[in-house]
Amino acid sequence: MIELEHISKRFPTADGELHALTDVNLTIRDGSIFGIVGMSGAGKSTLVRCINLLERPTQGRVIIDGADLCAMSHGALIKVRRSISMIFQQFNLLMQRTCLKNITFPMEIAGIKGAVARQKAMELLEVVGLPDKAGAYPSQLSGGQKQRIAIARALASNPKILLCDEATSALDPKTTQDILRLLKDINRRLGITIVVITHEMAVVEKICTHVAILDHGRLMETGTVEDIFSNPQTEAGRRLVYPDGADVNQFPISNVIRVVFGGGSSYSPLIASLAIDCGVKVTILGADTRNVNGQAFGTMLLGLPENQAEAAKAIAYIKNQPNVAMEEVRDYHG
Amino acid sequence: MDRFMDDFSKILANGKYFHEFLGGIWETLYSTLIATAVAYLLGVLLGVVLIVGRRDGIRPLSSPVMKLLNFVINIVRSVPFLLLMLMVLPLSLILLGTKIGTSASIPPLVIAAIPFVARLVETSLRELDNGVLEASQAMGCTTWQIILKVMLPECLPSLISNFTTAFITILGYGATAGAIGGGGLGRIAINYGYNRYNYAVMLVAVVLIVILVQIFQSIGSYLAVRLDKRISHKARKNTLKKRLQPVSK
Repeated sequence: MIELEHISKRFPTADGELHALTDVNLTIRDGSIFGIVGMSGAGKSTLVRCINLLERPTQGRVIIDGADLCAMSHGALIKVRRSISMIFQQFNLLMQRTCLKNITFPMEIAGIKGAVARQKAMELLEVVGLPDKAGAYPSQLSGGQKQRIAIARALASNPKILLCDEATSALDPKTTQDILRLLKDINRRLGITIVVITHEMAVVEKICTHVAILDHGRLMETGTVEDIFSNPQTEAGRRLVYPDGADVNQFPISNVIRVVFGGGSSYSPLIASLAIDCGVKVTILGADTRNVNGQAFGTMLLGLPENQAEAAKAIAYIKNQPNVAMEEVRDYHG
Repeated sequence: MDRFMDDFSKILANGKYFHEFLGGIWETLYSTLIATAVAYLLGVLLGVVLIVGRRDGIRPLSSPVMKLLNFVINIVRSVPFLLLMLMVLPLSLILLGTKIGTSASIPPLVIAAIPFVARLVETSLRELDNGVLEASQAMGCTTWQIILKVMLPECLPSLISNFTTAFITILGYGATAGAIGGGGLGRIAINYGYNRYNYAVMLVAVVLIVILVQIFQSIGSYLAVRLDKRISHKARKNTLKKRLQPVSK
């Protein structure tokens, strides 16, 4: 289990201190795939670097399986780091070593014998689906293949935790899907806790079980992906979950509401029954369905009629529906 | 002009000159190689300290130590070589018992070259992507492991290129040392050529030095490209072709 307690990180800059992180508290349970999302500059990368102390927090404690990393000697920290692997946006492979030698590297520094390490590296090449690339150099590989080698290298030390810093951001959509599938597979088969840093909600949707939303160095909200996606509580959360929508100004509409369908329900009966049961016609401004861990989540932006009585009737009707959450959208500008 | 041609044919005909030049080549190679090897070894150490110990390095050293180091390096680098050599010659007397001859020129060459090599190595190591260092730290490398298993091997091609540069510079220094008792082609050019107005000898010595430089530059360029695994087989051919074009010192 990873526990971050009151983590703050300040960087001295030419014009005063930069508050990269402010009082972040987070608990990441074993075996979960935890997404940390935020706009660029939100402090995601700094936060993930605090977990293995590549960045030392200015304040706060980093506790992994009960041990406080900040209080450790350099030697002890090095040992702990060997159980926390990390992959990067830019892969960071050793360019002068073959793929096989890249994968054996973590074992080499931990003093594991050459033959044993090579054997394990070959197995890992199978796991990531590149058994024929043992003798190739990283420069001969595509981006997706490089990331696979980086993942194999990350697994070589039998880690408990895998940190992914924008691991798919440099890859094309198809390759991104492949890498995400591989990560999910690794999590399921090996039980490794995975922490995913990303600015793409699609990545969170695809693989994460839990998510934390970071904005300007502060933790805005955290919870299961289902909860956050169906009902984000904060402005930052909403911005990420509903990044765009229709331009409301062109419609002659007084109120805009956002309707969120929990798993199982669907759109059409609601709109149809709204018209039949209450005689109220609403305009659909935008709709989106997300598949979160196999459950369908629909969101819909509805424009209510200008007639206030009719609008109120519609709101009351929707509020009574099971599995449907609703909120008014005031600051909607598309 | 007649005299020049006359001297020139004498060089070709006279076996004494032939042996003189052969010995000169040997002395030049021997002193340059030893001085470069020693200076490079110490220069790499110093260069690594400069990179590892900087403020955002993997093991920052205290700021006064780094400032002192940089100050000393800059001072030694700014003293003209001939003067530095004169100042350091007493060291040769202590180490080798003489201030004259090929061997005596090696300690001054080394002293003069160390700070230069340190800067070259510093530049080479700075090329290494910070992400790779970060990844190594994240994997739990000790500082020594990062230096020996990541920094130096990853920068090997650039270090080889810079070894070549160091070698050629030291070869030039060595020729200068001929003016104050050092051995090699520089001594021949100055003693037989300049002092005795035998410009043909001087010219031959210079040509020999140029040939040596070209040979070592080519070997260095070839190895640097050949050993760089970032360059694919096809690209390697083109890069080599480009780099092996005649270079000036």
